[in-house]
Amino acid sequence: MDWLKFFRGEQPKTTASVAKERLQLVVAHQRDGRANGPVYLPKLREELLGVVRKYVTVPDNAVQITVQREDGLEVLEMNITLPDAT
Amino acid sequence: MAKIVVVTSGKGGVGKTTTSASFSTGLAMRGHKTVVIDFDVGLRNLDLIMGCERRVVFDFVNVINGEANLRQALIKDKANENLYILAASQTRDKDALSEEGVERVLGELAKEFDYIVCDSPAGIERGAHLAMYFADEALVVTNPEVSSVRDSDRVLGLLSSKTRKVEKGEGRVKEHLVLTRYNPARVAKGEMLSVDDVKEILAIPLLGVIPESPAVLTSSNAGSPVIANQETDAGRAYDDLVARFLGEDRPHRYLTAEKKGFLGRMFGA
Repeated sequence: MDWLKFFRGEQPKTTASVAKERLQLVVAHQRDGRANGPVYLPKLREELLGVVRKYVTVPDNAVQITVQREDGLEVLEMNITLPDAT
Repeated sequence: MAKIVVVTSGKGGVGKTTTSASFSTGLAMRGHKTVVIDFDVGLRNLDLIMGCERRVVFDFVNVINGEANLRQALIKDKANENLYILAASQTRDKDALSEEGVERVLGELAKEFDYIVCDSPAGIERGAHLAMYFADEALVVTNPEVSSVRDSDRVLGLLSSKTRKVEKGEGRVKEHLVLTRYNPARVAKGEMLSVDDVKEILAIPLLGVIPESPAVLTSSNAGSPVIANQETDAGRAYDDLVARFLGEDRPHRYLTAEKKGFLGRMFGA
């Protein structure tokens, strides 16, 4: 038992919570381009991934795109996760 | 007007056929005239789970090809007079199913039955596509395990796009989550995704949780759907599921681990 962690009240990550986080990522990725958003989204995502990969090596899920509708406005949100600099 | 319900999952081995057998038996036990169809052409198994494997003479593909009529191919269940089984062909492959053929057979069945339950094969190929294509409602069978949840999400995507209802603009297929092989003790230890986790990820209403149970195997050994065995946890869980499907309000059971008694804690595993 890590006593410092115990006193800080930190819960060790269970495998179930790891599973949930991983699933949320793959499912979000899978849902790109379905149900919400224009049809070109998956292609846009692929091309962006290609551009990012010209400069850094990133995994397939590094580029996340979501479309949100607020007050009749469509907001395209792009999230590009870069790997930790090591 | 008959209701067509597909039992689907994407991933294999999660309990589609077990669920199809118990779900259709439960509907029949409540007085609804029900037929359950095995869409797994080439790998039929529903007949074994229902215990009618020795009475299969003609099958679904025979009816589609006009080699037999429905009356010859429908097998009356041994325990429920309201229940009939239409077996899959063991010798053909899935290309033997044509969209027109499936539509015609479903149309004929719809004249006589209240519920048509389609037991989908695993995967997302032709057999699975045709099993879901004409559905009004879908039971999405999922295990609390990463690959099963991901495949279920994939299937939900197909249900919302590649079905007749959606293509014709007649609304959408009503989706129900059926979580099987649930082990509350492992969930409590953080070793298994919880019902709430799976509900949150898939975002569809929960119809039932079936606990991991030795009764599922012993029932399939005997060729009797587990719902027929009401002394077992899985049997009762399926009974609740059918009641909920028909609109009854039943609380979910078997979501928490049974507390071990003093002796259990002293000597139990």
